[in-house]
Amino acid sequence: MESTLPILILALPLFTFLLLGLLGKYMKHGLAGCIGTASMGVTATLAYITAFTYFFSGSPLFMNAFGERLQSIVFNVTWLQFTPDIVDAAGQVIKSGLAIRLGFLLDSISAMMLIVITTISFMVHLYSNGYMRDHDGTPEKGFQRFFAYLSLFSFSMLGLVVATNIFQMYIFWELVGASSYLLIGFYYTKPSAVSASKKAFIVTRFADLGFLIGILILSYYTGTFNFTELTSAPVAGMDNTFAVSLGTAENIKNIFATSAAPVFLGGSVLTWALVLIFVGGMGKSAMMPLHIWLPDAMEGPTPVSALIHAATMVVAGVYLVARLFPLYLMEITSLEIVTIVGAVTAFYAAMVACTQVDIKRVLAFSTISQIAFMMVSLGVARPEYHHGLGYMASMFHLFTHAMFKALLFLGAGAIIHAVGTNDYTGMHGLRKYMPVTHWTFLIGCLAIAGIIPFAGFFSKDEILTAVFGESLYGYLWMTCVAGMTAFYMFRLYFLIFWWKDHKVHGHHAPKDQPWTMTVPLVFLAVMSICAGWFPFGNLVTWNGHPMFEHLSFWTNIDNLNWFVAAVSMVTALGGIGLAWVMYQKENDLPQKAAKLIPNLWDWCYHRFYWDELYMWVTHSVIFRGICKPIAWFDRHIIDGSMNGLAFVTNKLSVAIKGLQSGSTQRYVWFYLVGAVILALITAICTI
Amino acid sequence: MLGALALCRNIKWIRTVAVVGSLMLIGLSIWVLCDYLDNRAAGNMAEMLWVGSYPWFTPLNINLAVGVDGISIVMLLLSSIIVFAGSFASWKIEQPKEFFLWLILLSTGVFGFFISIDLFTMFMFYEVALIPMYLLIGVWGSGNKNYSAMKLTLMLMGGSAFLMLGLIGIYYHSAPEGGQLTWNILEIAQNASIEKGWQYFLFPLTFVGFGVLGAMFPFHTWSPDGHASAPTAVSMLHAGVLMKLGGYGCFRVAMYLMPQAANDLAWIFLILTGISVVYGAFSACVQTDLKYINAYSSVSHCGLVLFAILMLNTTAMSGAIMQMLSHGLMTALFFALIGMIYGRTHTRDVRQMGGLMKIMPFLAVCYVIAGFASLGLPGLSGFVAEMTIFVGSFQDSDFFHRFFTILACCSIVITAVYILRVVGKLLLGPVQDKHHLELTDATWWERTSTVTLILCVAFIGCFPNFFMNLIEFTFNPEFFRALMPAVN
Repeated sequence: MESTLPILILALPLFTFLLLGLLGKYMKHGLAGCIGTASMGVTATLAYITAFTYFFSGSPLFMNAFGERLQSIVFNVTWLQFTPDIVDAAGQVIKSGLAIRLGFLLDSISAMMLIVITTISFMVHLYSNGYMRDHDGTPEKGFQRFFAYLSLFSFSMLGLVVATNIFQMYIFWELVGASSYLLIGFYYTKPSAVSASKKAFIVTRFADLGFLIGILILSYYTGTFNFTELTSAPVAGMDNTFAVSLGTAENIKNIFATSAAPVFLGGSVLTWALVLIFVGGMGKSAMMPLHIWLPDAMEGPTPVSALIHAATMVVAGVYLVARLFPLYLMEITSLEIVTIVGAVTAFYAAMVACTQVDIKRVLAFSTISQIAFMMVSLGVARPEYHHGLGYMASMFHLFTHAMFKALLFLGAGAIIHAVGTNDYTGMHGLRKYMPVTHWTFLIGCLAIAGIIPFAGFFSKDEILTAVFGESLYGYLWMTCVAGMTAFYMFRLYFLIFWWKDHKVHGHHAPKDQPWTMTVPLVFLAVMSICAGWFPFGNLVTWNGHPMFEHLSFWTNIDNLNWFVAAVSMVTALGGIGLAWVMYQKENDLPQKAAKLIPNLWDWCYHRFYWDELYMWVTHSVIFRGICKPIAWFDRHIIDGSMNGLAFVTNKLSVAIKGLQSGSTQRYVWFYLVGAVILALITAICTI
Repeated sequence: MLGALALCRNIKWIRTVAVVGSLMLIGLSIWVLCDYLDNRAAGNMAEMLWVGSYPWFTPLNINLAVGVDGISIVMLLLSSIIVFAGSFASWKIEQPKEFFLWLILLSTGVFGFFISIDLFTMFMFYEVALIPMYLLIGVWGSGNKNYSAMKLTLMLMGGSAFLMLGLIGIYYHSAPEGGQLTWNILEIAQNASIEKGWQYFLFPLTFVGFGVLGAMFPFHTWSPDGHASAPTAVSMLHAGVLMKLGGYGCFRVAMYLMPQAANDLAWIFLILTGISVVYGAFSACVQTDLKYINAYSSVSHCGLVLFAILMLNTTAMSGAIMQMLSHGLMTALFFALIGMIYGRTHTRDVRQMGGLMKIMPFLAVCYVIAGFASLGLPGLSGFVAEMTIFVGSFQDSDFFHRFFTILACCSIVITAVYILRVVGKLLLGPVQDKHHLELTDATWWERTSTVTLILCVAFIGCFPNFFMNLIEFTFNPEFFRALMPAVN
C-alpha cells in the first residue's frame, strides 16, 4: 500500500492544529470552524478508504492464502535511536537496537479504530459549529482555540491507534492526555474546570508511570518495542508483513527463553510488565480505583465529552490490552486481573449511575461501566472457547458503544444547550419541545440497554456469551450489570423527557437545535441502529482468522446464543420496566426506594467516597506529610547547616582577628609566651 | 573557535552590539556544527576536532588547549542561544553597559570552559564564569540580594576548592613514572596512568566540586536563593548554562579521567542524585515563589543529569547530554517568562496572582508550553531526554539500579503535580488582583526571546535523532571499556 494516504491521515489534523493554533485568532470564527470540520471530513474519507482497502481489497499484503488477516506496516521511520543496531562484518543488521520509531501499523483493530475515531471526530466537529455558540448564534470566546485543540486530539488519537511500537503508543498516549487536559480546562476561568483538568492529567499521569515502567521491563527482556515482534512471528517471503496467528506463542516463548527472566514477588517479569502496562490502561480507561477523574472531566464542553471521554480516548486502555493480547494470553494471571478489575468497576459504576442527578455524570458512569464490560470481555477471551470470542466481542462493543455513547452525549449536549443546566431537575417533559433530540436519545438508550435489533444488543450479547463460556458466576454478575444499565439509562430518559410537564422559564422555550447539531444526532442514531448488523466476527478477531465460514445479512442473528440473548433481553426489559414504573410520571416511589436503602443510596450518591479518600491522601498525606516536611528540612537543616558553617567561620574570624592588632607590646608578649612554652616543651622532651 | 572568544572580548558594550554579538555567536556555533558534521561525514575519526594547543606557562606545562567534540558543540549551541535570548530578555535593564559587560564576561568563561581540554585553563574559565555572577546578582538583583550573592559565590567557591585540589592531584599523577606531567585531558585519558588508589581519592573531590554547581543534594541550597535574587538574564544564563558546567565537568573530568573509581564509587553519588531528583520535585510542590519553584525543579532535573551520567552506559549518558540541553533551554524559558511576569505584576508569589491567561495570553501560552516541556510532553525536548535516560538506566539489571531508576521515574508524576499547580493558580481561573487587568502582553523583544527558545525546545522534541547522532560519537567503545572493566 502506498504510504501517502496514511501519512495524510496523520498530517492533516496536525497541520490543522498548527494552522488554527497559530493563525486562528486572525481568522473569522466561521472560517476556523469550517477549516477544522472540512479537514476532519477529508481525514475521515481517507481513513475510510484505507480501512476498506484493508478489509476488502484482498491484497496479499493484508490477507494470506488462508483468508487470515495480517498486520501490515505501511511505513516506519526511526525517530530516536536508544541503543545502536548490532551489525555483522558485512554491515547487515543482525539485531536492531532499541529505538522509537514512528510508523503506521494497519491491521484489523487499527483499521476499525480509524473508522471509529474519524467518524465520531467529524460528527463532533460538525456539532461543535453549532454548540459552541450562544442562543443568538454568536460564537463563544476561544472558538478557534477549541477547533485547534480538537484537531490536536484527533491527530494524537490517530497516532495512538496506528502505533507500530509500544513507545510510539506511549508518545501519543501522553499527547491525548495533554489534549484532554486542554479541552477539559477549556473554560479556564472556571475554577472547577481548572481543577478537573488538573485532576484528569495527574491521575492519568500516575497511571502512565505504571505504563512506562511496564514498557521498560518488557523492552529490557525482549529487546524490542515493536508490536509485530512482540506479538507475532515473521512469515518468510513476505516483506514487511507479519502473520498474527502463526507461531505467535512460540515466538514469545523464544524471546523469554533466551533471557533469564527472574521471578519478583511471586510473579514472573512478564506478568509484572503486563500488569503495570494494564495500570496505564486503567488510568486512561477510568477503571477502579483510577476512575475518579472521568466524572469530573465532564466539566469540559459536551462535544469534548462525547469525543474524548466517551467514544475514543477512554477506550485506549481496552485498545492497549487488545493490542498486546497475545502477550496477555501467555500469562493467564494478568488476564484474570483484567477480568476482576473490569467486573468490579462495571458493577460499581452502574450502581453509582443509578443515583446521580447530573445527566453528564450519569453518562460518565455509564461509560465507565461499559468500558469495564469491554475489559471483562478481553479478560475472559480464550482461544479455545469460540476462537477467542471475547476479544472480538470486546472490539465489537467498543465500536457500537462509540456510536451510541457519542449519540447520547451529543443529545445531552443539545438538551443542556437548550435548557442551560446539567441538572435533570431543571428539565422534565422535554419530549414535546425537542422531538428530534427526543427520538435520537431514545434510540441511544435502547441501544445501550441492549434491545434487539439495536447495536448494543449484539455486542453485549457476544460479551455475555463469552463470559458465560468462562464462568457462570461472572455471567450472572454481568447480566445483573446489564439490567442496571437498562434501568439507569431509562431513569435518565424518563426524567428528562417525561416525569412532568416542562416549566418554561423566561421568554423562549427549549427547542431543537440548528442543523449542524441535529445532523450528527440523526447520523449517529442511524449508526446506533445498524452498527450491530456488521458481520464483525469476520473482520476483527484476535488472530486474524475469520470466525464464520459463510456470510449473509443474518450472520449475527444466525450465530446468536439464543439462551443468553433471551435472558439478557428479559433483564433489559425488566430494567426498563422498573424505570417506567418509578419515573414515567411524577410520584414518590423514588424517595421511598431511597429511604428503603438509605445507607446504600448515600454511598452510591457520594460515589462511595472515592474522591474524599483521594483528597485526603493527596492533601494530608502527600502534601502535608511529604512535601512540607521536605521543604522544611531543606530550609532549616540543609540550608541551616550551610548558614551555620558560614556563621561559625564568621565568628571564628571575629574571634581571632584580635590577634592581628598591630600593637607591638602584644606581639612581644605573644613572642615571649611562645618562647617560654617552646623552651618548656624542649626541656620536658630532653629530660 | 577562538574567533568566538575574541569576539566576546572585543565587543562594544551596548545593547544592539550585544544582540548582534550574540547572533554572531549563534552563527558561529552553527557554522562549527556544520563543519563538524562535514568532518565526521568525511570520515574523520579523531576523538576531538580542531585540537590546538598554545603554550601559556611552560614550567608547569600549562597550555591553552582547545578542541571540540559533539558534546561541546551541543553545549556551545545551547550557550549561544541562551545568551541571545538573555540579551533580549534584559532589554530594559538599568546600567546596560556594565550589565552586558559582566554578562559577556560570564559567557566568555562558559564558552572557554566548553572548548578547553586543558584542565588548568578549564578551571580558569570556570572561575571566570563564576565571579561575574556575584556582581550581577549583588548589583542588579532583587530581594535579599547581598545574602544570596554571597551565599552563592561562597558555596561555589567551596566547590572550587575541592575541585582545585582534585585537579592538582590529577596533574601530579597524569603521567607514567618519570614522564612529562600534563594538564591535557586527552593525554591523561590516553595514558590512563592515575593509580586506582589515587582515583578513589580524586574522583569524589572532582565530582563533588563540579556537583556543587550541578546542584547535587545536599549542596544545592545556593540555587533557590541565588535564582530568586538574580535578574532575569542572569537566572537564565545561570540555570540554563552555568549549571551545565557542573554536569559537563563531571562527565569530562571526573568520569573520563578516572573511570575505575567512577565504576566503583558511582553508587554513593547515585544515591545522592537519586535523592535530589525526587527531593527537588517534592520541595517544588510546596513553594509559593515562582523562582523558588523553578529552582527546585532545576535541582530535580539537574539531579537527573548527574544520575544518568552515573549510570555508566551510552544510552543513559546521551540522555544526560540531552537533558542538559533540554533543561538549559526550558529553564531559561521559564526564568525569562517569570522575569517578564514579575516585571508587570511586581510579585512572584503565586497566591497573589491568577487568571493571567486572560490578561497576557502570549506569555501565558508560552508558560504552558514551557510547563509541558518540563513535565515531559512528547514533541518537546523534556520527553526525549527523560525517556533516553530511563531506557538507558534500566539496562543495569541489578536491584539497586532498578530501584533508583524507578524512583527517578516517579519524578515525572511529581513534576506534573507542581507544574500544573502553578499553571492552574497563576494562569487559569478568575483574575485575582483587579490591578492586573491593566497589564499589557509581551513586547516584541520579549516575544523574540521566548519564541527563539520555544522553537529550539520544539526542534529538539521533534527531531531528537539529529542530536543523538551528534553526541553519539563521543561515546567511543574504548572509553566504555575503561569505564566498565567488570563488564568487559
